[in-house]
Amino acid sequence: MSPMLQIAAEEMENPLVPPIPELVIGLIAFVIVFGFLAWKLLPNINKVLEERREAIEGGIEKAEAAQTEAQSVLEQYKAQLAEARHEAARLRQEAQEQGATLIAEMRAEGQRQREEIIAAGHAQIQADRKAAASALRQDVGKLATELAGKLVGESLEDHARQSRVIDRFLDELDDKATKAEAAR
Amino acid sequence: MSADPTQVLAFETDCHIFDGCGFPAPGLHSFLFEPLWGDADSNLYFNKPMLLALLGSIVIVGFFWAAFRKPKVVPGKLQMVAETGYDFIRRGVVYETIGKKEGEKYVPLVVSLFFFIWMMNLWSIVPVAQFPVTSIIAYPAVMAAIVYVLWVSLTFKRHGFVGFFKNVTGYDKSLGAVLPLAMLIEFFSNLLVRPFTHAVRLFANMFAGHTLLLLFTIASWYLLNGIGIAYAGVSFVMTIVMTAFELFIQALQAYVFVLLTCTYIQGALAEHH
Repeated sequence: MSPMLQIAAEEMENPLVPPIPELVIGLIAFVIVFGFLAWKLLPNINKVLEERREAIEGGIEKAEAAQTEAQSVLEQYKAQLAEARHEAARLRQEAQEQGATLIAEMRAEGQRQREEIIAAGHAQIQADRKAAASALRQDVGKLATELAGKLVGESLEDHARQSRVIDRFLDELDDKATKAEAAR
Repeated sequence: MSADPTQVLAFETDCHIFDGCGFPAPGLHSFLFEPLWGDADSNLYFNKPMLLALLGSIVIVGFFWAAFRKPKVVPGKLQMVAETGYDFIRRGVVYETIGKKEGEKYVPLVVSLFFFIWMMNLWSIVPVAQFPVTSIIAYPAVMAAIVYVLWVSLTFKRHGFVGFFKNVTGYDKSLGAVLPLAMLIEFFSNLLVRPFTHAVRLFANMFAGHTLLLLFTIASWYLLNGIGIAYAGVSFVMTIVMTAFELFIQALQAYVFVLLTCTYIQGALAEHH
């Protein structure tokens, strides 16, 4: 060991006492590093890291937006489909109801027409019967008179008398018939 | 050992066991350097640790300059490596301890501290340099002082004069009768001892590490005579093992230093409890 170093070692017995020049150099060396990093290099990389983060998040956001759009379109279609189905069901229901009322109406109309026809028939029959009855009455009277004239030999051709007698007779018959009916 | 200022070896090269030459044990003198320029008696000189310190900052700045000068969104290899280191300190240390919102401001300081200290430590195993600059107390002391000044001013700014003392002394009414004692201890521990331990923790680790490396390196050479050759082999293996261990300790101590820095800053910003 050189004498000089030995002297220095003796001088610097305490390694915990920092010599001023080394403090200064240490400070300068650190300030150089801190200065460059804080002034330019770290802001540089921070900007790029931020850009990268945004690029990644932007991509994710785009994908998310596309997905939401697709989802909304799908929902829209589904809603439209459901609406169409609903509409179709409603139309079918309506048509069914309309058909049913139509059938009921037609049935009622038919019933009415049938009843009208029947009523008309009845009236016709009644009228015919009446006509037949009156015609019959006249014929029966005439025939009976003729027959009676022949049997009695007396001419009963006196019209006035004749019709009086016949009418009386027939009225009696009618009376009897009504009485018999009332008794029944 | 010659007084030649250009010497790089820490011991005599012609001294071996059985040659009537004592073991040139490493010691405090291993941490003293002849000035490369100037006079050791005046305060104007330039020695090897100083050179290494300045070279180290050039290396750090050069590395980050190459990596971050024109950074790209899709990083190259160098940028990726630098980003990994940067992100490790930013997220793993600053955000973890101080928090993202408050911590962002201190990221440049903490990142600079970490890489500067790591580089200073790394000189220990760089061939030819082979000296950890941080084993000279001045360098850790400067950085601990910067952190200390920052911590004190932050605490004042955040809590005011009374708040500062409450923060520093760990004022807590629930301690009752023990409070004065606790405050005294906290005051000493935080305000007086803390910067000292902060610096010495790094210094002592690197000092001891370098001494160990020197011991095994010198022994490997010194024992290289006669039967001693077998022991020299063991010593050489130990040199390799200790070098690997030092590599780990260098990064660890840099990490511990910045972690403590962040804890102090966080303590200054936090409400006292």
